[in-house]
Amino acid sequence: MKAVVVVFPGTNREMDAAAALQRATGRKPGIVWHRDTELPAGTDLVLLPGGFSYGDYLRCGAMAALSPVMRAVKAHAERGGAVLGICNGFQVLCETGLLPGALLRNASLKFVCKDVFLRVEETQSLFTRGYRQGQIIRVPTAHGDGNYFADEATLDRLEGEGRVAFRYVTADGRTVPEANVNGAARNISGILSGNRRVLGMMPHPEDHTDPLQGCTDGLPMFTAMAEALA
Amino acid sequence: MTGAHGKRPVDQALAREFGLTAEEWGKVQAILGRAPSLTELGIFSVMWSEHCSYKSSRVWLKTLPTKAPWVIQGPGENAGVIDIGDGQAAIFKMESHNHPSFIEPYQGAATGVGGILRDVFTMGARPIANLNALRFGDPAHPRTRRLVAGVVAGIGGYGNCVGVPTVGGEVNFHPAYNGNPLVNAMTVGLAPADRIFYSAAAGIGNPVVYVGSRTGRDGIHGATMASAEFGADSEEKRPTVQVGDPFTEKLLIEACLELMATDAIVAIQDMGAAGLTSSSVEMAGKGGVGIELELDAVPQRETGMTAYEMMLSESQERMLMILKPGAEAKARAVFEKWELDFAVIGHLTDTGRIVIRHQGKVEADIPLAPLSDEAPLYRRPTAETPKRPVLAPGAVAAPMGTAEALMQLIGSPDLCSRRWIYEQYDHLVMGETIKRPAAADAAIVRLPRPDGSGSGPKGLAMTTDVTPRYCLADPVEGGKQAVAEAWRNITATGARPLAITDNMNFGNPEKPEIMGQFAGCIQGMAAACTALDFPVVSGNVSLYNETEGRAILPTPAIGGVGVIADVAKARGLALPGAGFELVLIGAPVGWLGCSLWLREIAGREEGAPPPVDLAAERRNGELVRALIAEGLVGACHDIADGGLLVALAEMAIAGGVGARLVVPAGAEALPEHALWFGEEQGRYVLALAPAPTVTALARAKALGIPAARLGQTGGDALTLPGGASISVESLRRTHEAWLPAYMSQAE
Repeated sequence: MKAVVVVFPGTNREMDAAAALQRATGRKPGIVWHRDTELPAGTDLVLLPGGFSYGDYLRCGAMAALSPVMRAVKAHAERGGAVLGICNGFQVLCETGLLPGALLRNASLKFVCKDVFLRVEETQSLFTRGYRQGQIIRVPTAHGDGNYFADEATLDRLEGEGRVAFRYVTADGRTVPEANVNGAARNISGILSGNRRVLGMMPHPEDHTDPLQGCTDGLPMFTAMAEALA
Repeated sequence: MTGAHGKRPVDQALAREFGLTAEEWGKVQAILGRAPSLTELGIFSVMWSEHCSYKSSRVWLKTLPTKAPWVIQGPGENAGVIDIGDGQAAIFKMESHNHPSFIEPYQGAATGVGGILRDVFTMGARPIANLNALRFGDPAHPRTRRLVAGVVAGIGGYGNCVGVPTVGGEVNFHPAYNGNPLVNAMTVGLAPADRIFYSAAAGIGNPVVYVGSRTGRDGIHGATMASAEFGADSEEKRPTVQVGDPFTEKLLIEACLELMATDAIVAIQDMGAAGLTSSSVEMAGKGGVGIELELDAVPQRETGMTAYEMMLSESQERMLMILKPGAEAKARAVFEKWELDFAVIGHLTDTGRIVIRHQGKVEADIPLAPLSDEAPLYRRPTAETPKRPVLAPGAVAAPMGTAEALMQLIGSPDLCSRRWIYEQYDHLVMGETIKRPAAADAAIVRLPRPDGSGSGPKGLAMTTDVTPRYCLADPVEGGKQAVAEAWRNITATGARPLAITDNMNFGNPEKPEIMGQFAGCIQGMAAACTALDFPVVSGNVSLYNETEGRAILPTPAIGGVGVIADVAKARGLALPGAGFELVLIGAPVGWLGCSLWLREIAGREEGAPPPVDLAAERRNGELVRALIAEGLVGACHDIADGGLLVALAEMAIAGGVGARLVVPAGAEALPEHALWFGEEQGRYVLALAPAPTVTALARAKALGIPAARLGQTGGDALTLPGGASISVESLRRTHEAWLPAYMSQAE
């Protein structure tokens, strides 16, 4: 798998993402700069990492969506290329229109950094095929704007097409408001594109890929991608 | 426009408003041989302010131990530097932003984080962790809740955006901070030991370069504000608080580190307090050279700024660099890549003077040597704090049972869970946080390998500590205890403590009793630093922390840093499961004076604080560290605020497992409440498997270290020797309840 990590001014989890990719593939990913107008030849996976691109002073991800590199990322996705957007990367994917909906301010109005439990709702994708259907995984969140919003028709369509990848649940798998760390519609924490090759999610599986980080529940996502795109 | 003071004559009255005494005003005129211009008066007043000159504290700070074989740079630079092996250096410092945070909590705290980050990356380090030490007033005070909310949001808002994990800290509440909260921020960075950048300017003719954000009128005279007591009009000082831009700071970090990888930079310093003035004066002064600045070239955010305003502005996210000749184009390209302003604003000269030109006119021309050499230096009178009587273990009767007292303590403002705070800080970004907030006595962050091939196994342990109520009762013992507790917290993880940064927060030094507190704390700290081989490598002094004549508790906050060879061996405080033996290291004596039990349960703040036996401290700690290194220990927690039973409860809550406790041998004669809630120093609780327990007890005995069995882990309750039992779940709920409940109440 040839993976690249995109760096915008203000991106800050590129090292976390690169380390997780390296753990899964044994190789360092390439780094692509926001002003680059094309991706390296042969790119299989584009990872849009967490952070505060352009300071997120306008609307999270809005400025990054207009950057030169995103034209190339969009073309890559339209060719069927794989794209993973985590946290700010998910916000960028929604602003770009590669995924539907938007990420609003957390219902608590506060930034929240803690481990959450996700239920794997969909294993039919190159990102989630390493998990069992309904498996509960523990991964960290760290965001102020992760409250997923879309209109009811869009939400119904996402559910109907099996494009809800992850939902916030309790440790024992209940989909209840207490488990919903940011107030997201229907406890949704990650969604897939129509062709299932673009995933956006708020939590950080990359920060749970090493036993010394306290948990390795995020690692199967990276190893699954590496196998699928080998 | 000529600025706020443009029409005023520059005379003694204006000098007094700028914080200069009559004697200091006389000295300014003598140095110049004439009356100063407005810009010159501004420069003298900030450079001679308490904040920049340390005029009241310098004589005492000089007595602190600052050397060890592993110290690369002690106090006097932007931050301290220590050698952590493998060609790597840790660079760190703690700094206060107390006054701005009181006036405008969000921006005050945010810019405090920004400032300390710059102090660290200006020396060539990538910041890898932030910590803080916060003190707020009485929770019942009408202002406290808003200050907590604003300060926590500000620290998070800045640190989360720059992408440096906030991994640790401490918080106290006490009425003495009602009008004067403390916000002390610490940054730890990592650099190659042979690539440290310093601030001394060199090379006559070399260009002086300004990078970062543009200069505006914000924060003018902030350093002077930080050097005065608060009065009822402090609200009106809001415009002198700066506004932070963490996004620009992130770009500045990346741009500076990118340029530092080349050989373009001769010297570099951030523009912190007193902005362009302190950076240019200090850089040229340290290098023994002169400096000429052309203010027309300074990137400006507002129109019509005067020389006075530009020299005194504390606009954030700015740095001053001296470049090698001919390096301008290379440097400019890096800063343009990161979309930051870059301007050559002057050059170094051989005149030994600072000359400021603006719009074709010389606005300031000051000899640098007297500006620093003749800066005021005061040996202010000190009054020793009277000794308090020692409270015997049985002197105060217990008004309630042990179980009830434990529940009340574990849910009290000073001992309850800090989750509501640390969950607003991104403590995981960078992916190397091995021990998160509340998981261990010190945070552990794993380090990248020097060859770039990944990370680990080495890591840094970091903590912030001080017990201000001890410092008030006995400054010398309190100063010792602050350093010893930082050392102990690092030791309890298995790491080796290396050095500290100190953030000295005190009241008005012109009052002998306050200066006596300062001197006493320094003496105690010095004794502990020496005994524990734990030198001071950087620090900051914040005086005049008084509002309407009432001083804060003396608060010498200590930031400690240690190293651990293999982070996989670091221990946390959570009980690892059932079937472990609990062992107390250190002698129980039932010291209730100044304890939280005395304050929270008996409603009394009195007695002498627990003394620190530094030889025992070192002996006990070295045994604990050795046992952890040998892999014999399952969990370890130091015994601090609240005493032994609070430590055990914290271990049980974190591990989600209970324990059946016994009275440790040697403590049979102590009153129950004195045994469980006494705060005697130099002690730890260990959880070990049965076989290692035998080894540990034998080793302690051989070394003459008091060690005794405390019970066994298991079940879902903490059961006291008398049979009283408290469920771990109810402890957890009480521990977690107070802060979120308090913060959700309406104003």
